[in-house]
Amino acid sequence: MIFLGRRLLQIIPTLFFVSILIFSLQQLLPGDPALVMAGEERDPAVIAQIREQYRLDRPLPVQYVYWVKGVLSGDFGESLRIKVPVRSLIAQKLPVTMQLAGMAIIIALLIGIPAGILSAVKKGTPWDYAANLFALWGISTPNFWLGIMLIFLFSIELNWLPASGYVSLAENWKASLASTIMPAFVLGNAIAAVLMRHTRSAMLEVLESDYIRTARAKGLSEPAVIIKHALRNALTPVITLGALELGTLLSGAVLTEQIFSIPGFGKLIVDAVFNRDYAVVQGVVLVTATTYIALNLIADIAYVLVNPRLRS
Amino acid sequence: MTSLRLASLVVFALLFSSLQVGAQTTLRIGLAEDPDILDPTLARTYVGRIVFASFCDKLFDIDAKLNIVPQLALSHETSADGKEVTIKLRPGVKFHDGEPFDADAAKFSLDRHLTMPTSFRKPELAALDHVDVVDPLTIKLVLKTPYSPLIAQLTDRAGMMVSPKAAREAGDKFGLKPVCAGPYKFVERVPQDRIVFEKFADYWNKDQIFIDRIVYLPMVDATVRLANLKSGGLDLLERLLATDIKDVRADSRLKLSTALELGYRGITLNIGNDKAKGPLSQSEKVRQALDLSIDREAINQVVFNGEFVPGNQWVSPEHPYYQKSFPVRGRDVAKAKALLKEAGITGRIAVDFMVPRGSENEAVAQVIQSMTAETGFDLKIRVTEFATSLKQAEAGEYQAYYLQWSGRIDPDGNSYVFLKSNAPQNNSAYSSPDADKALDDARTVSEPAQRKTIYEKLTAAVLRDEPIIYIYHARTLIAHTTRLEGYTQMPDGLVRVVGLKLK
Repeated sequence: MIFLGRRLLQIIPTLFFVSILIFSLQQLLPGDPALVMAGEERDPAVIAQIREQYRLDRPLPVQYVYWVKGVLSGDFGESLRIKVPVRSLIAQKLPVTMQLAGMAIIIALLIGIPAGILSAVKKGTPWDYAANLFALWGISTPNFWLGIMLIFLFSIELNWLPASGYVSLAENWKASLASTIMPAFVLGNAIAAVLMRHTRSAMLEVLESDYIRTARAKGLSEPAVIIKHALRNALTPVITLGALELGTLLSGAVLTEQIFSIPGFGKLIVDAVFNRDYAVVQGVVLVTATTYIALNLIADIAYVLVNPRLRS
Repeated sequence: MTSLRLASLVVFALLFSSLQVGAQTTLRIGLAEDPDILDPTLARTYVGRIVFASFCDKLFDIDAKLNIVPQLALSHETSADGKEVTIKLRPGVKFHDGEPFDADAAKFSLDRHLTMPTSFRKPELAALDHVDVVDPLTIKLVLKTPYSPLIAQLTDRAGMMVSPKAAREAGDKFGLKPVCAGPYKFVERVPQDRIVFEKFADYWNKDQIFIDRIVYLPMVDATVRLANLKSGGLDLLERLLATDIKDVRADSRLKLSTALELGYRGITLNIGNDKAKGPLSQSEKVRQALDLSIDREAINQVVFNGEFVPGNQWVSPEHPYYQKSFPVRGRDVAKAKALLKEAGITGRIAVDFMVPRGSENEAVAQVIQSMTAETGFDLKIRVTEFATSLKQAEAGEYQAYYLQWSGRIDPDGNSYVFLKSNAPQNNSAYSSPDADKALDDARTVSEPAQRKTIYEKLTAAVLRDEPIIYIYHARTLIAHTTRLEGYTQMPDGLVRVVGLKLK
């Protein structure tokens, strides 16, 4: 309990630091939001008006205080470009990326763990080489290339799946799966590779240990040895790693959502950065950072739960 | 048995035909960007104008030959001194919320453009002093000074009419649920995902509306847009890449519609700004040499498969205001070298060449770089993200800036703000008494032949001083499926939906 309380308290300065960082980074972003917003007709009076309306003419600390005040009361401001509250944009986009991330994790687990087990058990055989080759491919294939190739094959050539766009689960679950399976695969593919490598090394280590030899000596069947004894022990660190990989998913989604025109978190931030829509950038980065911090916290707690020695 | 079969056939046929009648037709349009706010007073983007075309009618429109034609207005008349414009309005027009469109509503919309604190239409209507209601279907625009481009301005957002009731209630949030008098009415918008419209039953020209719904889908990547068109996810897309033209032509299910754009692509040269003190800003001979080093037709062939049109003025050679007495010059390396010698240049001229990111922009820049190298220029291409390039151009932190302008119907819109001394977008800081006089004079004269003579003087000054080297005029490239019938591309690049049918 003390550990948990201390860990939670640590979050406050972290978030404060992150909020300052977000605000200063935005200033490093070259380009003037008022100029971008003024569009093609860049009349000086109009530009001055935008600066005043969105307090862009005020000193940075003043802007920061206004922003933090708003955030603390749950108001992230309003998109400069479309006048929609940032809060509602986030609420609209987050579930989309969550669904994508969830599917990607499932795909990663379904591919990565069996492939890892296979290559560990069949170490040195063609199976092992094939699985390693797959992992190498998964890590080194750029998301955008794989995405475009999938669109080309499954949408244009075979016409099985929509090339882009998004349908929500509530609207039509079949269409929803069809619209997200390709991007989820692109995202899951890279993580599957990482999981495969980790499962493989963890399994190899466990398979060498004494209790496995004992289990085999007792005359247990090979599948029972691998699944009941080896896998259960090998999987613990792998699952923790999986939780941290969720963070990777958020950043991977930026590019993948752009390719597949999925209106999620990644696309929201890319468009906001290009349009210098500061309020949206700030809101999205803050939520993303908070998610990272929360995931780290969960991973830490999981470690402690698994390993009681760390509790003191 | 036969009668039974016949009966079932009839039932089947009836069922089928009722299904046919009940089937909704939806036109799905792929956009290159997500539009900004859908309020004609506050909107700023080109892509937004494409969406407005389906739901927000304007006082006037243009036809394929750039003639101004009536839309919500029927006619206009300018007084002899050019300071009063009387506009007759179309009777029997309704807004989407059932409110009538009349002189009061037209005055309201124009006043809103003029007075709303955050209005982007103010500069376009700057010459307008106030609007008088003459009778229920007539308004009179009273101007501060004669301003001939005014009617052309009313063919775009400044001429869009909004429901006074809805606009009063919504204030600056009107764009979240816009109410206009166009063929389609707003249903919903999911930012970055879709904007949905449905047929407006009381539209004044409803006999020409055949499609039930229109859905706009923003897809930033041009390859992805094309993939969607090919796989049936879209019926039409805007901004096809010139390099994909062949691909579209080769596909029997697709059709290409093009029109020469109103705008231009060119290189803005920093003349007046102190930050760039090189030979380029000091001597027009050097700028002319740079111009003479460029083979515009070769750029067109290499980068655009010969689909675009080389140009040397702010309007294209097909535009009524193009000055034929100043034809596009060919490449002349010897003459360019001679000019450099006259200007006293020895050695190579290094030029900082800022180019907004984009594969086409970068390709053009590279071709220009290699062409001008032969004459003695050393263009250093600096690829810059668009928003950043705008800021640097505004601040004068560049020597040459490759830029495109989407163009306006009236030549004033393509020249005044870029070439007039101290004008807001005169990034080259160009200042010439000849040019200034011509630019101002052209605003006071509305007779086309007279105006054209004035613009001839401007052309002479600009081609001599070269604050901007005009390179080419792109085509608006629209690809659609052959299911879509009745589509014609207009030179303003917008996608008009009246008269379209889906097979």
